[in-house]
Amino acid sequence: MDNLNNYLIVSAVLFSIGTIGVLTRKNAIVMFMCIELMLNAVNLTFVAFSRHLGNLDGQIFVFFIMTVAAAEAAVGLAMFIAFFNNRESIDIDDANLMKW
Amino acid sequence: MDINVAQLFQTINLNVIMPEVILSVLGMALLLVNVFVPSKSKGYLAWLSLIGIIGAGFVAVTGWGTTVSSFNDSVVQDSFSIFFKMIFLLAAGLAVLISDQYMSREDCNHGELYPIILFTTVGMMLMAAATDLMTIFLGLELMSISLYVLAGFNRDSIKSNEAGMKYFLLGAFSTGFLLYGMALIYGVTGTTRIAKIAGLVTQVGGAGNTMLLIGMFLTLTGFLFKIAAAPFHMWTPDVYEGAPTPMTAFMSAGPKAAGFAAMLRLLLVVFPAMKAEWSDLLWILAVLTMTVGNFTALRQDNIKRMLAYSSIAHAGYCLVGFASGTATGMSGILFYMLSYTFMNIGAFAVIVLIGKKGEPNGTVMDYAGLGHKRPLLALAMTVFMFSLAGMPPTAGFIGKFYLFSGAVQAGYIWLAIIGVLNSAASVYYYLRVIVFMYFKPGEEEFDWFNVSAPVALALVVSAAGSLIPGIIPSLLLQFAQQAVKLI
Repeated sequence: MDNLNNYLIVSAVLFSIGTIGVLTRKNAIVMFMCIELMLNAVNLTFVAFSRHLGNLDGQIFVFFIMTVAAAEAAVGLAMFIAFFNNRESIDIDDANLMKW
Repeated sequence: MDINVAQLFQTINLNVIMPEVILSVLGMALLLVNVFVPSKSKGYLAWLSLIGIIGAGFVAVTGWGTTVSSFNDSVVQDSFSIFFKMIFLLAAGLAVLISDQYMSREDCNHGELYPIILFTTVGMMLMAAATDLMTIFLGLELMSISLYVLAGFNRDSIKSNEAGMKYFLLGAFSTGFLLYGMALIYGVTGTTRIAKIAGLVTQVGGAGNTMLLIGMFLTLTGFLFKIAAAPFHMWTPDVYEGAPTPMTAFMSAGPKAAGFAAMLRLLLVVFPAMKAEWSDLLWILAVLTMTVGNFTALRQDNIKRMLAYSSIAHAGYCLVGFASGTATGMSGILFYMLSYTFMNIGAFAVIVLIGKKGEPNGTVMDYAGLGHKRPLLALAMTVFMFSLAGMPPTAGFIGKFYLFSGAVQAGYIWLAIIGVLNSAASVYYYLRVIVFMYFKPGEEEFDWFNVSAPVALALVVSAAGSLIPGIIPSLLLQFAQQAVKLI
C-alpha cells in the first residue's frame, strides 16, 4: 500500500462521474448504472481505507454493499419493466403525470 | 486462523432482536402461505400479520428500561429503540388494517403486500436499534427497498409505477451519499462501531478534521432524504400522491420516525463534540423545511399531495426540536413522532374510505357535505386535522409545544417563533378540509361507501391516539423522557 491518496482520488472522481451522470441523464437504466458507479466508488474507498488501516471492517462492509446493490437492482429493474409496460418508455421525462 | 466458536456465540443474544426475528419469520411464512390463499381471502393475511405485529410489540416492551447489546455491539436493546419500535409497529399495524379494503377495490389485492410491510418494519426496527454503521445501513436499505416495492405496488396504475420509479432512483441516489459519508467516517476512525467512533471523536475534538466533517454531513444527507427534509424533499409529493393510499400512510409515518431514530443516535452519541456544526445546519434546514412544506401545501387541492407537503412541514417541526439539542426537544421528537403516526394514518384512513377505484376524487372538494352524510367519519377527520394543525387539546398541540419549548430553552427563540408562525399558516389548509366537510353542500347523489371493520378499528385507534395524549400527556411524555435519557 504505497499511497492511499491515489485510491481516494480515483474513487472520488468515480463518485463524481456517477453523481453527474444521475443528474444529467434521462434514461432510467443509465441513471441506475450511474448510481451503481457511485456505490462502487464507495466500495473502492472502503477497500482502500481498510487496506491502509489494516483492519477488515471496511471490506466486510463492501460485501454488504454489493449484496444490497444486487437486491436493489432486482427491485429497480422490475419497477422499470412495470413502467415500460404501461408507458412504452423508460425515459424519466415520461414520468410526468404528477407535478406540483 | 483459530476462531473460538464458543466465544463467538457468547456475543450473540437473540433476545435483543426477538421482535425483528418474529416479524421476519412471520413475513417469510406468509409469503409461502399466500400461495394457497385464494385472492378473495387475502384479508386473512392482514389479520395474521396484525397478530404478529402485536406479538412483536409485547416481546419488545419487556426490555423497557434495560440496555443490552448483542452481536458484538452492533445492535442494542434500550428504551430509546423500544420507543421507536413501538412507533413502527403501530404504523405497520394501522397500515395493515386499512390495506385490505383499498387493495380489493383497486384490484391489486396481492398477498405479498403484508410480508413486505413486515420486512419494512424489520428494517426500521433495525435502524432504531443499530449501534454500528453497517447495521444502520442494512436496516435503512431493508426499509428502503421494501418501500420502493410498496410505492409501486399497484403495477397496473401508471401513477403508482411513476411513484415507485421516482422513489427508487432518488432513494438509491441518496444511499450513495450516505455510504460515501460512512466510508469517510470509517476512514478517519478505523471502525464502524458507533461507540468506538464516539470515543475517538471526543478524544480528538473532531471539529478540525475536514474529512470527518464531510463524512458526517454526507451521512446526514442520506437520513435527511428519508425524513423528507428540504432541500431533499422533491420526491415526497410525487411518491405520496402516486403510491397506494394505505402505503402512503405507512411511509409518511414509519420511515420518517426511523430516519429520526438513526439520526438522533448518530448525532447524539457520535458527534456531540461537533454540536456547533450540526446544530446550525439543522437550524437552517428546519426553517427551510417548515416553510417550504407549509407554503406549498397551501396551494394544493389534491388531498394526498397536501398531506405530503404537510408531512414535509412536520419533519421541519421535529428538526426544530433536533436543532435545539436539549432533552426537552429530543423527547418532544419522540412524542411528536408517535402522535404524528396516529393522526396522519388516521387522516389517510379517511382518504381510503372516500376514494373510489382509480382515485378520481382525490381533491378537497370531494369532502363537501361529508359532515351531514357521514357525521362520525367527518368527526374523526376533524380530530385528525385539528391534531395535525396543532390545536389544543390534541396530541399535535402538546408535541409542538415540547418541540418549540426545547428550542426556547436552548436559546433559539427565533427558531421557535418561525415554527409557531409556520404552524399558524398551516391551520389554513387543514381547516379548509373541515370547512368543506361541514359548510359546503355536497353532490346530490352521494355514493354510499361501506366502512369495513378493520378500517373502522384503525379509525377508532387513531382518533383515540390523537386525542388522549393531548388530554393526559404526562404518561407518554414520561416514557419519551426515559427513552431519550438512556442513549
